[in-house]
Amino acid sequence: MIQIQHLTKRYDGKPVVDDVSLTVERGQIAALVGTSGSGKTTLLRMINRLVMPTSGHVLIDGQDTGGIAPHLLRRRIGYAIQGHGLFPHRTVGQNIATVPRLLRWPADEIRARVDELLTLFQLDPDAFRDRMPHELSGGQQQRIGVARALAAKPDVLLMDEPFGALDPVIRAKAQADLRQIQRQLGTTLVLVTHDMTEAILLGDQIAVMDQGRLLQYAPPAEILRAPATPFVEALIGPDMRPFHLLSLTPAFRIATEGHATGTPIPRDATLRDALAECLWSGRDALPVEGGGVVTLTALRERAAP
Amino acid sequence: MAAAGLFLLAFLASPGSFSWLFAPMTRNGAPAIYTQTPLWSLTLSHLTLVAVAVAASTLVALVLGVLVTRPSGREFLPLARTITSVGQTFPPVAVLALAVPVMGFGAGPTLVALFLYGLLPVFENTLAGLTNQPAQIREAARGMGLTPAQRLWQVDLPLALPVILTGMRLTAVISLGTATIGSTVAARTLGEVIIAGLLSSNTAFVLQGGMVVGIIAVMIHEGFQALARLASRRTG
Ligand SMILES: Nc1ncnc2c1ncn2[C@@H]1O[C@H](COP(=O)(O)OP(=O)(O)O)[C@@H](O)[C@H]1O
Ligand SMILES: [Mg+2]
Repeated sequence: MIQIQHLTKRYDGKPVVDDVSLTVERGQIAALVGTSGSGKTTLLRMINRLVMPTSGHVLIDGQDTGGIAPHLLRRRIGYAIQGHGLFPHRTVGQNIATVPRLLRWPADEIRARVDELLTLFQLDPDAFRDRMPHELSGGQQQRIGVARALAAKPDVLLMDEPFGALDPVIRAKAQADLRQIQRQLGTTLVLVTHDMTEAILLGDQIAVMDQGRLLQYAPPAEILRAPATPFVEALIGPDMRPFHLLSLTPAFRIATEGHATGTPIPRDATLRDALAECLWSGRDALPVEGGGVVTLTALRERAAP
Repeated sequence: MAAAGLFLLAFLASPGSFSWLFAPMTRNGAPAIYTQTPLWSLTLSHLTLVAVAVAASTLVALVLGVLVTRPSGREFLPLARTITSVGQTFPPVAVLALAVPVMGFGAGPTLVALFLYGLLPVFENTLAGLTNQPAQIREAARGMGLTPAQRLWQVDLPLALPVILTGMRLTAVISLGTATIGSTVAARTLGEVIIAGLLSSNTAFVLQGGMVVGIIAVMIHEGFQALARLASRRTG
């Protein structure tokens, strides 16, 4: 659990992060979203003390991080950034092993951990362990960057626009994989993004920031239904609201008794997918794999606040 | 390269066998090959002098470069820049002239002159190598909990190595040529052959001294380039 209490950072007297308080529960994802320059990165970097707060506290599992030597604190917190920041002179395996080596894990444990992580990220250990970062594709480099951040089994992972450099197709896959791995490991994750769609897709909670201030901190559905300020509303984009709302719920949740014809949609397809399918195939109802139907009427109800 | 190296070895092993090559450049039956001191012995002491000087200026320039890129040493950057560039612009001959009264004749003054002359390239390249690193790599290293010393040894210096090697190459090649003037103050270098040639108007001597220095310079140049390539190939 991460507790951020009245955290402020000033540069030359000007607040860049202004009295922000929020709590991220254990095993949850908090997405920090806002326009460029709103203070997201600064807030994130105060959690692992890459930036020293001007005032306020960060508690991790109840312990004040201000009382821990910064380099020791950072070895306990995973950190992944845009463009991965892999060490170009070290192999994939050595990159992943960075923090375990700093923590002086035994060599055989490190080797096993490297292979375990490569497998987790769907990269064949024998093929990738000894490659150099420049021999990888952008998507692979990004995965190694996240694997490296997770190497020492941190309870907390910080990510700063980790998918920013990926093209849309690879990004969607990376986001889905991250979500799955985060659930599997139970990691508490704080993710910075300027993309509201990504925040809605990944966040259990969304923190909307503007000019250093926290405007709203709430689950995605609440942000969409009840944006706290016109700025939050603008950031969502009014034309996207119904689709964002629909994307939060899987089809099987609203499946009802009934009959429909045509190809069924997967159980965990989102309502947004279901709507697209209705419109595209000209149907008023779709069968859901495993039983039940989703009707256009039900979708319409779900698409409004 | 290999051919030039073999030729040099053969020439140093048995200079006499090459008299035919240099004989056309002599006049009035003057000797074609310098024999006062064996050429191989002059070459060895020349190389030793250069190696010691390059090692010393590399060490000092590296340490200076690292110090002035630390947060606590940043204010000394202008001073270090001044020292190294004065070292390079002050003529080595003048250094010799100033050093001899203090240190006497021999290898000492030449070592000092070469040392001062060779500081700048390694210093500037160390500086460039340590400061021109991608921000993301620096950020990642800090974010993962490497201490400043660990960042220096495990990330900054390995990544700067190719650029530092380039600086060493410049220093080594410059020193190799400059070392010849050491013979004017009784340091044993290949300059002895050239000076003997000048004094006795024997072009053959001047040429063979210059040739040996030239071939070695090319070989050192190539050697350092190969090392730098090797160091940067891994990072792609
Ligand atoms: N070291 C610094 N010194 C001065 N101003 C800074 C520094 N770091 C960030 N800022 C300023 O703080 C503001 C917020 O930056 P940042 O946290 O990077 O925003 P975001 O990640 O939301 O784009 C920006 O206006 C930026 O210029
Ligand atoms: Mg940012």
